[in-house]
This record gives sequence, structure tokens and C-alpha cells, in this order.
Amino acid sequence: MTKEDCQKLVIDIIADIAPDEDLSAIKPEIRLRDQLQLDSMDFLDIVMELRKRHGIEVPEADYSHLASLESCAEYLTPKFSTKA
Amino acid sequence: MGRADPIFYLAATRGASERIASPPEVKDSHYDVAIIGAGMSGLAAGIRLAHFGKKVCIFERHNAAGGLNGFYSFAGRKYDVGLHALTNYVSPGVKGTPLGKLLRQLRIDRDEFALCPQKQSRIAFRDCALKFTNEFSVLDAEVVGKFPAQAAGWRALVQLVRTYDDVALDAQPRSAREVVSRHLTDPLLTDMIFCPVMYYGSAQERDMDFGQFVIMFKALYLEGFARPLDGVRVILRVLLEKFRQAGGERRMQCGVAQIKEAQGRVAQLVLDNGEEITASQVISSVGFAETMNLCVPPQTQAAAANTGNLSFVETISVFRRQPAEWGWGDDTIIFFNDAERFEYVHAREQVDLRSGVICFPNNFDYAGRNLSEGIFRVTCLANYARWAQLPEEIYQADKQRWFPEVVRSAQRFLPVVAPEVLAEAQLATDMFTPRTIKKFTGHLNGAIYGSPRKIRDGRTHLSNLYLCGTDQGFLGIIGAMLSGISMANYHVLQGSTRG
Repeated sequence: MTKEDCQKLVIDIIADIAPDEDLSAIKPEIRLRDQLQLDSMDFLDIVMELRKRHGIEVPEADYSHLASLESCAEYLTPKFSTKA
Repeated sequence: MGRADPIFYLAATRGASERIASPPEVKDSHYDVAIIGAGMSGLAAGIRLAHFGKKVCIFERHNAAGGLNGFYSFAGRKYDVGLHALTNYVSPGVKGTPLGKLLRQLRIDRDEFALCPQKQSRIAFRDCALKFTNEFSVLDAEVVGKFPAQAAGWRALVQLVRTYDDVALDAQPRSAREVVSRHLTDPLLTDMIFCPVMYYGSAQERDMDFGQFVIMFKALYLEGFARPLDGVRVILRVLLEKFRQAGGERRMQCGVAQIKEAQGRVAQLVLDNGEEITASQVISSVGFAETMNLCVPPQTQAAAANTGNLSFVETISVFRRQPAEWGWGDDTIIFFNDAERFEYVHAREQVDLRSGVICFPNNFDYAGRNLSEGIFRVTCLANYARWAQLPEEIYQADKQRWFPEVVRSAQRFLPVVAPEVLAEAQLATDMFTPRTIKKFTGHLNGAIYGSPRKIRDGRTHLSNLYLCGTDQGFLGIIGAMLSGISMANYHVLQGSTRG
């Protein structure tokens, strides 16, 4: 899996949990919170959906890695690769 | 939750809640989570948990879901139980408010609730009325226009409410009367602002926690009222369907009779039919005192020390005409008071006629449609004991006696219509009392808004038993659902991601 693929999977999850957000122009390097109306409940859902859909565990201590699409990809891509 | 982020903030500051290990032999009657009560909060908690793969079952004593916000059929008509209006309504596109959070968390499309906004509402006191709508600027202009000397204080109060963290799960109670009095000095304006806020959510007499005041102020004034054309059952239907689709289990006419404890945890739940089940975690939506009373050994002292006593009667009159045809206007909800000071207190008599709430469900903007019949509902404070102790015959007679009194009291705040005109158009009536509420919801003393002291973090004396709903302290229908969501997130889902 490439980092681009990983970003795409995260965007798919956000599209489902926050269908009222426009995701067409998200900048990968900027914090998601600064571009979208996402609160802690939404971030919990990103974590939970990663587990539900992809079997990826994100322990609470690592939540900060989900700040931007770029940091998501950086953190999650190795996890996807190990799983595969 | 925006600036506040209580869900994660608490975890960081309070330390981990316990991790749940599954028992070695998992039987069929074992659940990850058992939820007591299929009201709005229990259903919302259930949807969250089932969606994320928890084995969850909701136990409901009655044959219908909804709890304090259900509906019933009587003589061929369907009536909503609790719902005058859904509060916290915001227009599509407004983000970061409770309604939007709720829809996201439960994966509900806004259109599924089919919400229709109110036309306008009114706070009507003896010599003064304040109109308000779903546009806050209307109330703001009314207050500033009618109480010019209070304008600066009013604006400061509104600013405080807007920025106040009302959803923090670790907030300490503060007196709303005290906080508000720092900004508003006119007793009439103060009473008028408190009247709807208290009637739509306060479990406490005379005063309320400022956090709860803020929740209701936002829900009523900064956000607003709406209703589906077909009433609360539209919302319940959506919740039930989501829960089913997510794989949740629901057992109706199967209440929880006992919560048996061992070593500071819930060991088993005994159902009304005598069956015993186990669950790693239990969320109870039936109220604090009510939950304590289910515990074995009993927690009677804890229950008695925090039992609500504010209850209500409601009259429902069904007419063959729309209320507006009598010149009763476009008001959706009218909060009225005719006393020198507004007193939100435990009624001394069977009913306290001095103040109350009128609801015309016809006066929502149903986009060209409307209810086929006119409905006129009036709610007043009432005394549980004075209704509960009556023998059946006298109880029925007293309902007959109080019904016209309640209606007359409300009509003081409406243009006069000759009694014979109303009588001729009247198709049906119904009335519920504190006794009805106790019977159908199990709430002690018929206390719709539950215990006076809320338990924000939902924790109880048992480490795997949590509260959600009315006594957790988020108010209104949207608040109830958010309460279930928050408790499911905080105590169950978030705990399961803890590394």
C-alpha cells in the first residue's frame, strides 16, 4: 500500500462519518481539525472505523498521529503493510 | 466537542477507566453491554455500541420504545407522550451543534428525521411578552427593546452562554440564578428567561445548575424548535431501524428487575421473568434513584437523597379546526406565567395553575402540509403524591375536574374564543398526570426530568455500571441521545482503544 492509498482510505472513513463536510480540497499537510469541523467524537470514530474496516489498532497514546492526512499516512501505512 | 473536547480530555486527566476482560466462558446470555431502557438515550447508546461490533442488548419493560418520549394510540389517534418540540434545531449546514454531532455519531441522514421548524414562540407573562423564533436575533431584539436598561447585561449573559463549556463531563454544579443575577438585575426579565429553560428541563426547584441552564438556553434560544409532521415516532423509527441494522438485540416487555453486585461490580442482571444474564458493562437509562433501587444489595439511601419531585399534568384537546382559524395565531409554544414572580416549584395542590406551557403542534412549518386536526396541549406543574394516592374513581373524577381548569388557565394567554365554539369543534381529549408518568416510565414521583443532582460522568458505585439519559444531565431529546452516545463512547468504546 502506498501512502496515497492510505490517505484515500482515511478520506473514505471521514466521508462516512462526516458526510456534511466537503472533502474535495483537503490539504494533506494541514491539520484536519483546521480544515474540517471535526471534534473528538469524530476522531474516536476514525479510530473505531480503522479497527472495524481494516483491523488496524490505534492505541489512545497514538491519536496525535491522526492529526493530518500526511501524518495519518505516515503512521498507518506501515501498519497496513504489516497486516498484509 | 469543539473547544471543550470532554470525551478525550477526561480520559487524559482522570486516568484510564478499567479495561474489560471477557470471562473465559462466554455464554449466549452474556453481553458485552446490557442497556436498561429503550428510550432515546438507551437506543442511541445501543446504536453506537452495535455499530462498532459490541454484543449489545437493550432491555425494555414496556412493549413500546421511547420512554419519556414515546407515543401511544388512544381511540384511533396517535399521541406523542413527551414531545412538544424537538429542541436544538438548527438549519441544514450549521455545524458544530448537538444536532449535527448526533446525526454524525449515529450515521443518520438529516432528512430521515424530517424535521420541520417552528413558526414562532412566546414567553407570555402578565404584563409582558417576548417573542422568539429559530432566529436568535428576534429574541435579542425583543429583550433589548422591552428591557433597554438590561441590554448590556443581556448581551454579556449571551456571550457567556455561547462560550461556556456546557458539555464537560467533569463540570462542578453552580447556581444558575447566581450567575445570571450578575448580568440581569430586572426580576421580570430574569423570570421570563428562566421560565422556558426550567419548564423544558429543570429537575430542580427554583434554581438549576448553570451548566444545565446553558444547555437549555442554547437548545431553546440560540438553536430552536422543530418537529416531524408525524411526531416523535418518526425519530424512534429511525433509531430502532439503525439499531437493528447494526446488529443490536432488543428485548421488549422484559425489564431488569435486579442488578446484583459482587466485588464492586455488576455480577448479574435479573430480568422481570426471573432469567439471569451477565454483561461486561451495564448502561442504565432509567434514572439515578431508579437504578439504585434495582441494586442488590439496595442503595436506598443514595436513591432517597437524590430523587426528583417535579412532575406535570398535560391536557390534550383535539379539534376539527386548526387553532389559527380562531385567531390563536402562529405560536408554536407559549410559556406562560400569571404570578407576581415565576415560581418553578413542587406543586402544593394537585396542579399549579399559575404558570404552564401551551403547545400547538399545528404551528410548525410543515412546508404546505399540516396535521389534519387541531391539537392544543397544555402542561402545568403537578403534585405526584396528591394524584398517586387517590382511589381510581376519585382519580378519574379529579382528572375531569382539573382538565377544564388547566385549559382555562392557558386560555388567559390566547385571544378569547367562546366556549361553545370550542366545544362544538372538539373531537377528543386526553390528559396525563404524574401518576400516568410513573406508571409508563417508572420515573419515581413522575419526575420527568429525574434527579435534581446530575451525574455528568455517568459513574456509579459499581465500576461497570453507568448512567445515561435524564440523570446524566444532557437535556431534551437531542440531549438524551447525546447522553447515550457520550456514555457509550467514554465508558465502552474509548476504553477499548486504550493501549
